[in-house]
Amino acid sequence: MGDSSGSVLTAALLCFFAMDEELERDERVFLLGEEVAQYDGAYKVSRGLWKKYGDKRIIDTPITEMGFTGIAVGAAMAGLRPICEFMTFNFSMQAIDQVINSAAKTYYMSAGLQSVPIVFRGPNGASAGVAAQHSQCFAAWYGHCPGLKVVSPWNAEDAKGLLKSAIRDDNPVVFLENELMYGVPFEMSEESQSKDFTIPIGKAKVERQGTHVTMVTHSRYVSHCLDAAAVLAKEGIECEVINLRTIRPLDVDCIETSVMKTNHLVTVEGGWPQFGVGAEICARVMEGPAFNYLDAPATRVTGVDIPMPYAKILEDNSLPQIKDIIFSVKKTLNV
Amino acid sequence: VLLNLTKCDIHKLDEAPATEVVMTRDEGLQYYRTMQTMRRMELKADQLYKQKIIRGFCHLYDGQEACAVGIEAAINLTDHLITAYRAHGYTLTRGGTVREIMAELTGRRGGIAKGKGGSMHMYSKNFYGGNGIVGAQVPLGAGVALACKYFGNNELCVSLYGDGAANQGQIFETYNMAALWKLPAIFICENNRYGMGTSVERAAASTDYYKRGDFIPGLRVDGMDILCVREATRFAAEHCRSGKGPILMELQTYRYHGHSMSDPGVSYRTREEIQEVRGKSDPISLLKDRMLSNNMASVEELKEIDVSVRKEIEDAAQFATTDPEPPLEDLCNHIFYNDPPLEVRGTNPWTKLKSVS
Repeated sequence: MGDSSGSVLTAALLCFFAMDEELERDERVFLLGEEVAQYDGAYKVSRGLWKKYGDKRIIDTPITEMGFTGIAVGAAMAGLRPICEFMTFNFSMQAIDQVINSAAKTYYMSAGLQSVPIVFRGPNGASAGVAAQHSQCFAAWYGHCPGLKVVSPWNAEDAKGLLKSAIRDDNPVVFLENELMYGVPFEMSEESQSKDFTIPIGKAKVERQGTHVTMVTHSRYVSHCLDAAAVLAKEGIECEVINLRTIRPLDVDCIETSVMKTNHLVTVEGGWPQFGVGAEICARVMEGPAFNYLDAPATRVTGVDIPMPYAKILEDNSLPQIKDIIFSVKKTLNV
Repeated sequence: VLLNLTKCDIHKLDEAPATEVVMTRDEGLQYYRTMQTMRRMELKADQLYKQKIIRGFCHLYDGQEACAVGIEAAINLTDHLITAYRAHGYTLTRGGTVREIMAELTGRRGGIAKGKGGSMHMYSKNFYGGNGIVGAQVPLGAGVALACKYFGNNELCVSLYGDGAANQGQIFETYNMAALWKLPAIFICENNRYGMGTSVERAAASTDYYKRGDFIPGLRVDGMDILCVREATRFAAEHCRSGKGPILMELQTYRYHGHSMSDPGVSYRTREEIQEVRGKSDPISLLKDRMLSNNMASVEELKEIDVSVRKEIEDAAQFATTDPEPPLEDLCNHIFYNDPPLEVRGTNPWTKLKSVS
């Protein structure tokens, strides 16, 4: 398959590299899920892994999420380090009891006796034209639960560095990839090409410096925010764009530092508004020192509060577009 | 005409479906036309998908026509049916028109779900979809059956699922309750040998799907022979309506396309295998040969049907590609039923959209 030393690579490829490197590094790591082995992965993220590592470490499961998730969690309890793939996170709802009750809460319930070093990964959120049952964002659902770490990479470097950290983490990590980002090429930095390149979980990254408004976002919407920022810059509005990278634990310090500089906050996400990631960010800002620096109420840009429709015109209008972000920034700045 | 069919394998049953059956000329012509319509409709969908006019997921049914048409031939439109995502064929047999189905695939306002559902979410009277989550439709179907029993209307519910779904826990939970409560449910496993890219041997410890209901009687049926499917379904319907409780049918069938339009369908099976099934067991050819060899129709007659079907599909495709997309005003409608209009948050706090029931 090659190594990750090309300089322009896609997020899917970087997830692959992360898994390949970690499988090589630690014998206890294994991957299970639907079509991950012989089919090379539904989205080809695990292509080549089965050929390289075989049946013992790359396992095709039947279409039985509740069952195989439970099996994965049990394996983690017994000392293995499973990567449990959901073909999409929509299907994780079938297994959510095992993720929350068996994985997330166990270390606490056992008072430190029983850890669960497992990674749940797969594509999250909307794709293109896959309709209501296949388009939901689970960042807020999993982000709600103590005992879980929830990670949401944006670009290829995020994908590699964060997935490696997730696999090395001794706790249950929900790793929310994005199907539409899988094929997007990114330039890779020199250091990201190392086999030991990791990005710490729980730390956000300022992707773009700015002075007028803080935009906090995750996953695919980082691209949207950067595009909106480029347009706004032409009008003299300089946006600071924060890529959360991790949903739980939230890097509140990074957000507060930025808001105390810009005095304005806009959150951007694909998920539904009610009880969402943006709602949590706003609440945390209210509870801390940054509140007094706000010159206007914070604004949340979110998906429309409806199940995802199929028709293209409806789907396009169900999710934040760049123009919605620009509009919201200007309203927040009152310009 | 009196015809002989292959025998079904039975599980926990004392009798089996009839093997000497009558098919009238009219029945034969109707089955032929419906299967051909289904076939051509799916092939047209393939074309439109490749032209990117249909987007997202598209799971085609070509090869499996005898199942949908055979089942419907043995039940009434007042009965109920639910299936998973490979649902275009059932949408047709349950009363949808080719126009509405195709316009739904292309996401237009004339679609059977007004463009809001797409390929996997088509519904009609007594047809509960079109379901995207593997296995979830089976308990739903048993629930419909419960309602039938509750209302005492002598109706039943057919719940379909695939060989991949057959391993789902919720299906076994459903078997248990359906049997316990003697629900008028016919569970039908359409075994097309592959759950996406995984063959039955790699997914199931027991591939005798008709026996997996354990305490539920079962039938294994040649799903490529429409009369076998019809007779087995008649047998099953009689079983349910007589108050004996649920029954399970495994239809051995085959899909020519891959799992969906994103799957070429040849990485986990050989082209030879596909060709062999097409050559020896194609459901439409089987029916055609049977009708011709029994002098039930002429070659010209069947050709006329083909021409007429082709035209119907072309007209439907024309409609499906020219009908406008749904209006934006429709975006937030149909959140709640029978409720006053409500306000829905748009992508930002200043955008308030309207939703009506």
